[in-house]
Amino acid sequence: MELIKLHGIEKTYQMGDISVPVLKGISLTIKQGELVALTGSSGSGKSTLMNILGCLDRPSAGEYWLEGVETSKLSTDERALLRNRKLGFVFQSFNLLARTSALENVAMPLSYTAEPLSDSEIKKRAAEMLGRVGLADRLSHYPSQLSGGQQQRVAIARALINRPPVLFADEPTGNLDSRTSEEVLQMFERLNHEDGITIIMVTHDPKVAAHARQVICMNDGLIQNNDPVVSPEQKTPAEIS
Amino acid sequence: MRVLTTARTAFTALRRNPLRAMLTTLGIVIGVGAVIAMMEIGAGSKAALNKSIASMGANVLVIRPGSASSGGVSFGAGTTTSLTPLDCQAILRECPSIRNAAPMVRTRAQVVYGNRNWVPNTIYGTTTAYLDVQDWSNLALGEPFTERDVLNANRVCILGQTLARELFDGESPIGKEIRIKNIAFRVTGVLSTKGSNMMGFDQDDVILAPWTTIKYRVSGTTLANSNQSTASTSDSVNTLSNLYPADQTSLYPEKSSVQQANHPMPVRFANIDHIMAAATSAAEISTAIDQITEVLRERHRLQAGEPDDFNIRDMAELTRTLSTTTLLMTNLLLAVAMISLVVGGVGIMNIMLVSVTERTREIGLRMAVGARGRDILRQFLVEAIVLCLAGGAMGIILGHGGSLLVQFLLKWPVETSPSAITLAVFVSAGVGIIFGFYPAWKASRLDPIDALRYE
Ligand SMILES: Nc1ncnc2c1ncn2[C@@H]1O[C@H](COP(=O)(O)OP(=O)(O)O)[C@@H](O)[C@H]1O
Ligand SMILES: [Mg+2]
Repeated sequence: MELIKLHGIEKTYQMGDISVPVLKGISLTIKQGELVALTGSSGSGKSTLMNILGCLDRPSAGEYWLEGVETSKLSTDERALLRNRKLGFVFQSFNLLARTSALENVAMPLSYTAEPLSDSEIKKRAAEMLGRVGLADRLSHYPSQLSGGQQQRVAIARALINRPPVLFADEPTGNLDSRTSEEVLQMFERLNHEDGITIIMVTHDPKVAAHARQVICMNDGLIQNNDPVVSPEQKTPAEIS
Repeated sequence: MRVLTTARTAFTALRRNPLRAMLTTLGIVIGVGAVIAMMEIGAGSKAALNKSIASMGANVLVIRPGSASSGGVSFGAGTTTSLTPLDCQAILRECPSIRNAAPMVRTRAQVVYGNRNWVPNTIYGTTTAYLDVQDWSNLALGEPFTERDVLNANRVCILGQTLARELFDGESPIGKEIRIKNIAFRVTGVLSTKGSNMMGFDQDDVILAPWTTIKYRVSGTTLANSNQSTASTSDSVNTLSNLYPADQTSLYPEKSSVQQANHPMPVRFANIDHIMAAATSAAEISTAIDQITEVLRERHRLQAGEPDDFNIRDMAELTRTLSTTTLLMTNLLLAVAMISLVVGGVGIMNIMLVSVTERTREIGLRMAVGARGRDILRQFLVEAIVLCLAGGAMGIILGHGGSLLVQFLLKWPVETSPSAITLAVFVSAGVGIIFGFYPAWKASRLDPIDALRYE
């Protein structure tokens, strides 16, 4: 099933009189349960594309269907709801709230969901989520008391607290050393494998890209190649069941 | 997002910078504190002022006989003799809004003691009720005359301070005899100082005596020799019989059979110059006037169309002054409150704008995980309200403490005002909403991606 479908997506920034075209017509489809790596040289427009995919930004032209819904026609509030329920986003710079415990950071998206949850339920779900990213013993730590890898795992837990079907990660390992990078990537693989979450991540590192089953390479605002890398031992959950 | 969660988030945000939060609310604290302190002190002084204005006679009514006229010529107010002491008693008995009432007769005559003499402004013949009506019951010396003195027309009197000074010059006047028109009066008491009234009239230049004594022994007018167009204070020939009264005065003069036949009305045994009545409070004055009018019209057997044969005057000027003064004070307080709260509110707005700018990335992040514009708006608005309410609460404590201190140190009258406190709470919340709205609205209008990229 097609989870994401882009058709002729363009993004042009207006810098005074000059217009800077960053995305020049991107079309692609991503199926449910995929693990996609988005690569390309710096400045090729990967982050711009990710922001559009994450419904944080609107394209200048083109269409973006998410689960069959054309998102560029949605109102601001509907997009906020979409981000809350359907999309998880992990940033390169973690973006955790300072002086706020890991638990509260993870629980934060829940306070914007429509159906009200009780305090204890919110706590329980956030603690469970932190347990899944291996931070069950760090619930009340502040971001400043956590290592980079741990902070990124808190951010991943926050992105997943509402059980979204898709997770976007813009250079999630960019600020991490190689060992912790490996940990985070393994976690992505596990989430993709065990929970069937579709993951799309931006990376420069070919080693990281090797974890992915599909690699999209961007160059100067266009998709250069779109290789499905399916090795025999890495099957989609749909194929396994 | 639930209110409780929002409030908690606001508290967390404010706790991050407690010193700044406190300095921000200082304007509100001082504003609310000043309002509370001024309201409490103001309420206390207002009560004290009301009391002293009451003693100036704000709730006193003067009932005078109407004007007589003959052939189209009016003789002016007080020229009929329609009021009697019984009217006074009826007013006291039948008007619930009247606290006390005193019949008054008035004369002016020379007073002699030893080799000194003096002509007081007025010699009033009245009852002891007069002292209560005028809020003058605390005598400087001695005692007032009694009801019995009034009934027996005893020659006793109370002196005003001016008289005590002019006639006695330091000597105690109690028990001494003074002469008014050659009639000896024993001084039973001396009034306390009252000073001049609003017209500059020396209120201490007065003698009070039983109205019966003044009426029958001094001014000597009775129904028999006062006709409809002469003032009741007209003098009569003084005789030695007043010096050595042989018989009791008769309160009920004999009527001839012709009079009886002409006037089958109950006998009017005496008329008085005016009646002074005190309403239970200044606010009751208009009801009191209505009640008195009703009672007197009935007693004087006036038909529906007939004009009143009396008129009632109150100290409307005084009560008006009182109400304008208090209104002025209230408005002044309000203006001060407004200014300080606006200043406080601008402080809140300023710091909220700084806070929104500082936390742009946080706003972007919250939007990225699904916060709608209105969630952000509510968060910052609640933060501003929490700030203002905290400031208001501190202001209430400060203001109340301040007024208690004033009461303790300066012995000023102070009244705790619950309405001022509720008002302060609502006003500080209102200031939070008004001045917090723009920064919150600005925050809610941010674009998630711009906010996330902000540095
Ligand atoms: N807000 C912006 N305004 C103007 N130009 C921008 C903006 N954001 C990105 N760009 C430009 O778009 C291009 C692509 O940026 P980006 O998507 O961040 O690249 P990547 O993530 O692939 O390194 C860059 O040349 C950058 O200068
Ligand atoms: Mg980038």
